[in-house]
Amino acid sequence: MKKTENNKNPSRAEVWEQEISIYEDIILARQKVKVMMQEMGFSVLAQTRIVTAVSELARNIVIHAGGKGRMSVCEVSKTGKRGGLKCIFEDRGPGIENIEKAMQSGFSTSNSLGLGLSGAKKLCNEFYIESFLGKGTTVTIIEWLP
Amino acid sequence: MGEVTILKIGKNLIVPIQIELHDQSARKLQRDILNYIEKTGAQGLLIDVSAVSIIDSFLGRLLVETAKMAKLMGTETVLVGMKKEVVLTLIHLGLTMKNLHTALNIEDGLALLKSLTGRTYEKNRK
Repeated sequence: MKKTENNKNPSRAEVWEQEISIYEDIILARQKVKVMMQEMGFSVLAQTRIVTAVSELARNIVIHAGGKGRMSVCEVSKTGKRGGLKCIFEDRGPGIENIEKAMQSGFSTSNSLGLGLSGAKKLCNEFYIESFLGKGTTVTIIEWLP
Repeated sequence: MGEVTILKIGKNLIVPIQIELHDQSARKLQRDILNYIEKTGAQGLLIDVSAVSIIDSFLGRLLVETAKMAKLMGTETVLVGMKKEVVLTLIHLGLTMKNLHTALNIEDGLALLKSLTGRTYEKNRK
C-alpha cells in the first residue's frame, strides 16, 4: 500500500492521515493541507487551488461514500529534485460505474453542480482515479512545487 | 465552531463571514439570512467573504442561491471581498457565479447596494 511505502521512506516523509466521515472532517482536512503547503513553500494561489480540490474530494467521501473513507497526505519528490504534495482519498463506498461520465463537468448524482471530480482534476498538477464497483474509489492528486 | 454574525445597519444587512464554514453551517447561515430578511425587511444584503480562504463548488453555489432567494424576497445582494486566489480558483473550477452583484470591498459594495435599492424605490414611488 502506498501509505506504508511512505512510512518506510525515511526522507522527510511526513505522513498524515485522517478519517473522513462528517462535514467537520472536510474543514480539518483543508486546514491540514493548507498548513503543510505553507510549510513547503507553495504560493497562496497553489494553496487555494489544492485546498479547494481537497474540499471537493473530501466532500465526495462524505456524500457519496457515506463517510466511509480516509484521506492521507504526504510529501513526495521527483528524482530528488522537485518536491510535491500528494493527497490520497480512499473510500469504501459503492464505487463509480462510469468514471468517464463521472469526470464530465456537470455530471452529478446528488443534485449538485457536478463540478467536484472534474473541478478537482483541473485544479491540480496530477490526478488519478481508480474505482471498483461495490468496493470503493481512490483518488490521488499531486501538486509540484514550481 | 462559532456562528456568523448578521448585522443590520440602516436598510441593509451586513454578513461578514469570518470562519471557515462547513456545509451544514453554511446552510444554517443561509436560513438565518432569510429569517433576518423576513424579520427586518432589509432592502440590501451585503455578504463579505474577505476572510474566506476558499470558495468551493458547494459554497459558491450556496452564495448564488442565497442571492436568488433574497431577490425573491425583494432584497438585493452584493458579494464583496473575494480574494484574487479565490477568483482564479473559482474560474478554474468552472464555477461562474452568474447573476450575482459583486464589489471589491464593503465600501464599494454599500455604494452599489444604494444604487440597486435606490432604483426599486423610485419604481415604487411611480
